Amino acid sequence: MKKFNKTLRNVVVSFATLILVWQLVYSCCHYSPALFPSPASAGSALVETFQNGVMTRNIATSLARFAVGYVAAVVLAVALGLVLGLTPRVFQFVNPIVQLLRPISPMAWAPFIVLWFGIGDVPAIVVVFIAAFFPVLLSTVAAVVNIDPIYFRVSRNFGVRQPKLLWKVVLPAAFPQIANGIHLALGTAWVFLAAGEMNGVQSGLGYMIVDARNTFRTDVLLATIVVIGVLGLALDGAIRLAERIALKGWGGVEE
Amino acid sequence: MNYIELSHATKTFKKADGTRFAAFEDVSFGIERGEFVCVLGPSGCGKSALLNAIAGFSLVTSGSVKIGGEEVKEPSPKRVMIFQNYGLLPWRTVLKNVELGLEERKIPKEERRAIAEKYVEIVGLSAFKDERPRRLSGGMQQRVSIARALAVDPEVVFMDEPFAALDAITRMKLQDDVLKLSREEKKTVVFVTHDVGEAVYLADRILILSPNPGRLKSVVNVTIGREFRDRSSADFFQLQKQVFELFEGKATENPVEYYI
Repeated sequence: MKKFNKTLRNVVVSFATLILVWQLVYSCCHYSPALFPSPASAGSALVETFQNGVMTRNIATSLARFAVGYVAAVVLAVALGLVLGLTPRVFQFVNPIVQLLRPISPMAWAPFIVLWFGIGDVPAIVVVFIAAFFPVLLSTVAAVVNIDPIYFRVSRNFGVRQPKLLWKVVLPAAFPQIANGIHLALGTAWVFLAAGEMNGVQSGLGYMIVDARNTFRTDVLLATIVVIGVLGLALDGAIRLAERIALKGWGGVEE
Repeated sequence: MNYIELSHATKTFKKADGTRFAAFEDVSFGIERGEFVCVLGPSGCGKSALLNAIAGFSLVTSGSVKIGGEEVKEPSPKRVMIFQNYGLLPWRTVLKNVELGLEERKIPKEERRAIAEKYVEIVGLSAFKDERPRRLSGGMQQRVSIARALAVDPEVVFMDEPFAALDAITRMKLQDDVLKLSREEKKTVVFVTHDVGEAVYLADRILILSPNPGRLKSVVNVTIGREFRDRSSADFFQLQKQVFELFEGKATENPVEYYI
């Protein structure tokens, strides 16, 4: 509890400082409010968009798209990663392709995604999927490859065979590293959600940014940016907590 | 007919440069049922490779390894290996680790649990049965591994330098326990070590290997004090000295057998 209070104090102090500096820059430099909104105008835009329901609706839409894309990526990447991790010969051939695709920003695919998947929810979901898929896939493969061979020797000795070996040994042995990959991919995927919603959709937080720009509402634009940041932080906190609980159940990893 | 029979067993590995080298070469010996045999040799003499070949983890390249008259082709729950670094599954509790081998048999859950509890009790860890291995000391972890091996009621227990990572006091305690358990449970034990004192204390028979490649140099039948060996007695020191001299001595053409 004491630790929590201290963290809370640090957060309050740092955000207060940020807003103060923002206000000072605004007051001193006399930028046009259309180019550089004040904290107060961004704040009132925040209240306004929440009150008229626009923000709430877009948050819900974005979170739903994010959940679908992210969960699908995690499930598929972990499954494929387990298979590839257990068959290094196959992975030798798959790896060059993965390494080629991985550095390509999901946004580079955006035109194709819209052409292939049309407009609506799917393009944003696909962008989130691509963003989350490769980090989870590679960390799962690495996790399986790095399993201490002694676990396989022991299970072989006691007659544990596939498919039991997969859920009795492979999955639990690789779990901590996979969990870490899933955690890291969440941040990456969230970054790309807003970008993904700037093409082919008429809703979501990314669309709100485009819309605010088109209507010269920089206050709404900034309010949306703040919301994206806060939600990203909350999601990270949630998965961090989930990871810690899961690891505790897994085998008491010391903190 | 010996229970475990090696004849002209040789194991070669391919090196990175493509040439082959032998871990052990032309090793022949037999082990009787219920015997406690120590394989003693300096590091790099292929003694672990030899144990892996007998256990079926890594087969011989020529010659043969037979157990109970049958060629060894793969590991079996009838022959359980105990490793230096314990090989416990860290995500399982002590009890669940001991249950691992039993899960592969068609035993009802309650019975499985009862057997596991019994062996956890035998190694003196009942108070820790719900702990994860991480919370236990090295000696306690190796006890769990011993309980897990005994729980499947194997015919042979292989031990690959099982106590090398433990402190001297813990090691002595575990040596006593292993000796007692192997007698009570009537197991055939093949125990690899580089520690002369350990071999002399535990073994009915010591197989001494010479390195590069591993060859059987001499066989020592330890006939005295089979029931109880006093580590501080003059006899024990004498025995240890003799084995040490054999251990250090030059390799001979044919393995020599000694009775001391």
